Amino acid sequence: MSELSVEHLLGIKYLKSTDIDLIFKTADHFKEVINRPIKKVPSLRDITIANLFFENSTRTKLSFEIAEKRLSADVINFSAGQSSVKKGETLIDTVNNILAMKVDIVVMRHGNVGAGVFLSNHVDAKIINAGDGTHEHPTQALLDSYSIREKLGSVKGKKVLIVGDILHSRVALSNIFALQLQGAEVKVCGPTTLIPKYISSLGVTIETNLKKALEWCDVANVLRVQHERMDINYFPSTREYKQLFGINQEILDKLNKKIVIMHPGPINRGVEITSEVADSNESIILDQVENGVAVRMAVIYLLAQQVKR
Amino acid sequence: MSKKTLLNSKDIEIILHRLACQLIENHNDFSNTVLIGLQPRGSYLANRLSDLLKNKYQVKEVQLGLLDITFYRDDFRRREAPIEATSTEIDFLIEGKNVVIIDDVLYSGRSVRAALTALQSYGRPENIELLVLIDRRFSRHLPIQPDYRGRQVDAINEEKVLVTWNETHKKDAVYIEFK
Repeated sequence: MSELSVEHLLGIKYLKSTDIDLIFKTADHFKEVINRPIKKVPSLRDITIANLFFENSTRTKLSFEIAEKRLSADVINFSAGQSSVKKGETLIDTVNNILAMKVDIVVMRHGNVGAGVFLSNHVDAKIINAGDGTHEHPTQALLDSYSIREKLGSVKGKKVLIVGDILHSRVALSNIFALQLQGAEVKVCGPTTLIPKYISSLGVTIETNLKKALEWCDVANVLRVQHERMDINYFPSTREYKQLFGINQEILDKLNKKIVIMHPGPINRGVEITSEVADSNESIILDQVENGVAVRMAVIYLLAQQVKR
Repeated sequence: MSKKTLLNSKDIEIILHRLACQLIENHNDFSNTVLIGLQPRGSYLANRLSDLLKNKYQVKEVQLGLLDITFYRDDFRRREAPIEATSTEIDFLIEGKNVVIIDDVLYSGRSVRAALTALQSYGRPENIELLVLIDRRFSRHLPIQPDYRGRQVDAINEEKVLVTWNETHKKDAVYIEFK
């Protein structure tokens, strides 16, 4: 197989496992490219990509922009903060105005769940979802799986723990879909208030005791507490969260084995993870960032292949 | 479809020895020369030549790299089926080196054009030469000619030149297929 089965990357739940294999295989080639002295290929010279970020983002936007530039695409950037969205323009109008400038691919982050799907039904461009509300963040899940595959050889059969704010996390949902599609087992751990009520219907197990959960897993993906999405108090204090769900060297040293530590960033050092753990040899946080560029290059390249003139 | 054998394994062996000797004539001990096989099919020829130079002609060290040109092609999105990339294995810089690009068949010249662009990512070479096993001389789209050629073929466009190797088809041979 050398073509994706989908026309857009809206979420992991629309992908087949063969799509993920193809993306990873292509990403392997791009990882070699971005480690060359000259880290650029001319494949997408005639493709224009719009990065539409209706929600704040630093690393995802940078990662997409670098991936696009490494493929030689033309890139335009848009952030809602400084735009007509503030003046009351609708999403479709904003995007149609941008598409009138002949854009082939739209990378979009939006606060509303399903914004990518909505857009794909209304505009004629390839859509890549860079996060829609608390729903999906497919490229993050792909780069997480890619990093696990790189570190442990494969994803199949591995036990992956997702720790932290599952309720507000699009990274968690996309990761659950991606990991299960590749045959991994997933467990979530966090305060009961931050675990969605129906999560077990996805085939995910729940553990509220961090130590037991860590003892079970091969990989722990630690999520940030998303204060900005919390309109009420989900736990009494940051100090209490840190004591119950914060990962420190001491708790890792007590385990019978070494586990891989991941974090999608940005890190709240000293809250969900201590600096010591984040910077340790078990942590692959910076590999995740590097792999993010290669995986996004692969996704963009494979979707651009379908652009017809 | 009918098939005619153009070169058998004995012919190919003689040609490989000749090409190796021609390379030695121009590049002496290969101290400042690197061989670059174009993936996927040029890599078999490149490996053979490098083995021959080392084992039969006592060249001490031959630097060999394999280059994938998929991302540098000028027909991205213009083909009916997408092409799958293969790996690039070049663990040295070509800055200031004499580079010999190696491929099995030279047809339109577009692959070599893509290879020339791709090589820029590995530094500025002193010069670049081209070695091919089969040169289809009447089918060029670009002004590209080989410096070393195994055999020149006057095949027309409807005919296909097929190279098989021991490593892939259990037989060294070159065929011309007629539709």
